[in-house]
Amino acid sequence: MNASMNYLDGNAAAGELSRIFAVDITSAEGQCAHCGAKRRFAEAHLYSHCPGLVARCALCGHVLLRLVNVGQRVLLDLTGMRYLTLHPTQQPEASS
Amino acid sequence: MAGTAVLGRVTWRTAKVVAVHDETATARTLALAVRDWPSHVAGQHVDVRLTAPDGYSAVRSYSIGSAPGTDGRIEITVERLPNGEVSPYLTQEVMVGDELELRGPIGGWFVWRSDRTEPIQLVAGGSGIVPLMAMIRSRRSAGSTAPFRLLYSVREPGAVFYRDELRALSNQGDPVVVVTYVYTRVTPKDWTRRAGRIDAPLIATATWESTLQPTSYVCGPTSFVEHATDLLIAAGHYREKIRTERFGATGERK
Repeated sequence: MNASMNYLDGNAAAGELSRIFAVDITSAEGQCAHCGAKRRFAEAHLYSHCPGLVARCALCGHVLLRLVNVGQRVLLDLTGMRYLTLHPTQQPEASS
Repeated sequence: MAGTAVLGRVTWRTAKVVAVHDETATARTLALAVRDWPSHVAGQHVDVRLTAPDGYSAVRSYSIGSAPGTDGRIEITVERLPNGEVSPYLTQEVMVGDELELRGPIGGWFVWRSDRTEPIQLVAGGSGIVPLMAMIRSRRSAGSTAPFRLLYSVREPGAVFYRDELRALSNQGDPVVVVTYVYTRVTPKDWTRRAGRIDAPLIATATWESTLQPTSYVCGPTSFVEHATDLLIAAGHYREKIRTERFGATGERK
């Protein structure tokens, strides 16, 4: 479905998502509402060369997340994911 | 916001350039002193924001190349891209003492923690070596004995980052980090393998066997990551054990 090589990993959305969420969303497991695949959000395909960010399921290409900055507002569409499994106590910043 | 610090939310910080040195003809390492830096995990990146006098700003992501530490210093290595908005400034104009805006550390997936003990396969394409170098340095600074292999693909010998440090690694005794170079355009003299991309025979000889169930970290331009990941899976590696970080087609991440 995604013939273009011009995408990144969900990892690359971590900075933008950190503006909104207190925990690291990219290491959370999400289920694609379209095909049911369960993957880490970091493994999604991220398209950032558009007004905002679009993450697609690495398996079926269905849109998982859309994030658009409009002036001072952030529009976030998560309907493409059935759920996210988060690890709130696992700090992404925790040093090893 | 009162809750910000408690939650450890990532915020913009001021970073001062404290040292610069050239890695190659087109890449420069910047050492940054970051106020209140909370340390990081090897593999994480930072976002750098540059703002022009007219208010126009550009944000780019750069992997941290240094090992986690508590001294408030990190290093990034920036490859200059011909039509880049940010990389020409960071590689040619920025000077010691300059300040940058920086957000990080970012990302909790493409990371290696030094308490992991399983074999690690690193696969780098070009400047994709940077976060993998952080893992190699983290391994050493933590005294880890996790078995590491690095497959490092570059265009030509002059494009190798961290050359002396990587050479020193392979000269050390056991336990070592085994480094294999692949040259896609020009090889060194007397190099037995022809210039070309990573292929299945090379994966078979230069990477951990899939039966050892290594965790693999693959980083580079998107096409490189696709190609290397496909080869690893074809060689029997589990997709779940392969973590990737793509730089996109241009190499300059937005």
